[in-house]
Amino acid sequence: MEPRKLRVAVHKFASCDGCQLAFLNAGEALLALSERVDFVHFAELGPMDPEAEVDVAFIEGSVCTREEGDRLQRIRARSRFLISLGACATAGGLQALRNLADGEAWLNEIYPRREYLDALATATPLSEEVTVDLAIWGCPVNGEQVFQVIAELERGLTPRLPDDPLCLECKRRGAVCTLVTQGRPCLGPVTRGGCGALCPRFGRDCYGCFGPSEHPNTEALGRRFEGLGLIDAAIARRFLFINSAAPAFREAGLRWGGRPACP
Amino acid sequence: MTRRRIDIDVPTLARVEGEGALELRIEDDAITELRLRIFEPPRLFEKFIEGHPPDDVVDMVARICGICPVAYQVSAARAFEALFAIELPPSLTGLRRAMYCGEWIQSHALHIHLLAAPDFLGAPDATALAHSHPEIIQRGLRLQALGNRLIRLFGGRSVHPVGLKVGGFHRLPEADAVAELVGALEAALPEADELVRWSATLPLPQRQQTFTCLALDDPEGYPITGSTCLTSDGNRFSIEDFESHVHEFQVPHSTAFHAHLDGRPYLVGPLARLNLHHQRLPEAIQALINEIGLTLPSGNPFHSLTARAIEIRYALAEAARLLRQYLERPARAAHIDGIPCAGTGFGASEAPRGLLWHRYDSDPHGLVTHARIIPPTAQNQERIEEDLRLELTRFGLHHDADTLRRHAEQIIRNYDPCISCATHFLELRIRR
Repeated sequence: MEPRKLRVAVHKFASCDGCQLAFLNAGEALLALSERVDFVHFAELGPMDPEAEVDVAFIEGSVCTREEGDRLQRIRARSRFLISLGACATAGGLQALRNLADGEAWLNEIYPRREYLDALATATPLSEEVTVDLAIWGCPVNGEQVFQVIAELERGLTPRLPDDPLCLECKRRGAVCTLVTQGRPCLGPVTRGGCGALCPRFGRDCYGCFGPSEHPNTEALGRRFEGLGLIDAAIARRFLFINSAAPAFREAGLRWGGRPACP
Repeated sequence: MTRRRIDIDVPTLARVEGEGALELRIEDDAITELRLRIFEPPRLFEKFIEGHPPDDVVDMVARICGICPVAYQVSAARAFEALFAIELPPSLTGLRRAMYCGEWIQSHALHIHLLAAPDFLGAPDATALAHSHPEIIQRGLRLQALGNRLIRLFGGRSVHPVGLKVGGFHRLPEADAVAELVGALEAALPEADELVRWSATLPLPQRQQTFTCLALDDPEGYPITGSTCLTSDGNRFSIEDFESHVHEFQVPHSTAFHAHLDGRPYLVGPLARLNLHHQRLPEAIQALINEIGLTLPSGNPFHSLTARAIEIRYALAEAARLLRQYLERPARAAHIDGIPCAGTGFGASEAPRGLLWHRYDSDPHGLVTHARIIPPTAQNQERIEEDLRLELTRFGLHHDADTLRRHAEQIIRNYDPCISCATHFLELRIRR
């Protein structure tokens, strides 16, 4: 007997849509996958059944409205395995920078009629509200990791993704170290690999879009940045960027003074 | 007289980028309420980029939209280049334009095949079309992949690429990789010709509306970047005067601002560009437009799909031309440095969905003190609501709720609204 197809949902919360493109940009691989699994909910592709019971739920985006908070609870209750897809879902994303400022004041500054909006003053990673079974990091996620995770779930395995620092990926790919050779404030030593060491291969320092690696020594790296001549505010900006709600990066950013007040 | 009242709710619009809904109330065969609700939560980009240096901003604004990050990066980079008086040599502007072509190809191919085509071919979604029309879908996916490959050449990945910076690029592409891609782009031209011919065979609704078009006027040719705006009423103004012509306002039912051009709804995007600038397309493409019998300018909003197919064909040839040029005359440096200063910079480019305008104020260190971004979907919202009112009435409000809902979704989807871009898309609620 053929094994039952996995029932898969792809949900979207506050985000740029970029992580869903791991599916929509996959071409033939997406068509092949859609034969192997049942996409029961994936609004951008077409199927719509947000309340369906599923085996695997991918969620892109962070929780930025009361409605999203409620929807997250309903999805969790109907999903066997819940995956946070990308930086926003896993660590708040860029929009979590409001958590370090007066989010309510920002809403009032941009929108003349704040009362028209169901918007929270904070952007929250999924794991702060529900149990997340697997986090796929990255802004955006690496599509190969997404397809690998689905393949492992189809075989009944518990997927795991590497969390060692980008430095190892740089070495494997023979990328020249931008920190050592150019004195650039590269976040590679404290950022998990998975992107393919893109930035160093483009001659620029890693800006941490895959989030903190295992045991990140942000203290030592921050001091190294001081030695490169970076002022505190510049060091804080390095850590408080795409994954500012990841505890390791948030604490490091705060250690160097947090988000400076607007000049 | 029997009073007939229908309420239609589309709670979440499928096959659009981002999240939105439509609420429609029909009473006695007249639309009494029509609201396109965008409920993409505000992410407050314009606030959190304050205090960041220009190259951070280039990486940050990319995250407004995963489908058109290059447009955001280019508009931002151009604003800071204007502010710091950095003039890019033609070699670098050519490479920027080639990278931008990649985003048009990728985004338009995704829209035509994965989002729009099911409407016209009677399928629920693209995976069903892969069975009923395999050759069409496979061709579309090949073109989409080629667009992504072009972006990767310059930025390592097609979503939030890492190669672009203020003053140029972090790294120049290698000649071997460029030559290989030129071959692939040129080899795809016959498929793109076929795509344009196929787009003309789709059962697009035939109708005529009157609307104002707005697009950039690009000294390089068919508009991708530029510092001057052109309207179909014959008005021309600098991007520095954009705020005195385009007025944004908030409506209760949407997190995206709405916008008027000189007090009226207007259209940006592929059809606006084609209507205004079709004479600037190469002869081979103008011949193709004549062959399919498309009369320009067109007042049929559904010709947006045809315009996307034409722009894919254009972007393939244009990128191949620019990359050949680069192979003959390589750029000397990947970027040009500027000196940060206080001031205000404006930058604009033609995102796949239309004109994308940025303004940044900076302090003496070049750090952002104030930012304003007007994305294309916000600009098109009033036009979409106007189109819905006209087209649903013409289509016939006597149709049952399901038929009306499907037709309304098709009208909205035709604008390829990118709701994430609206920084802030569709659920249909029809009430009668």
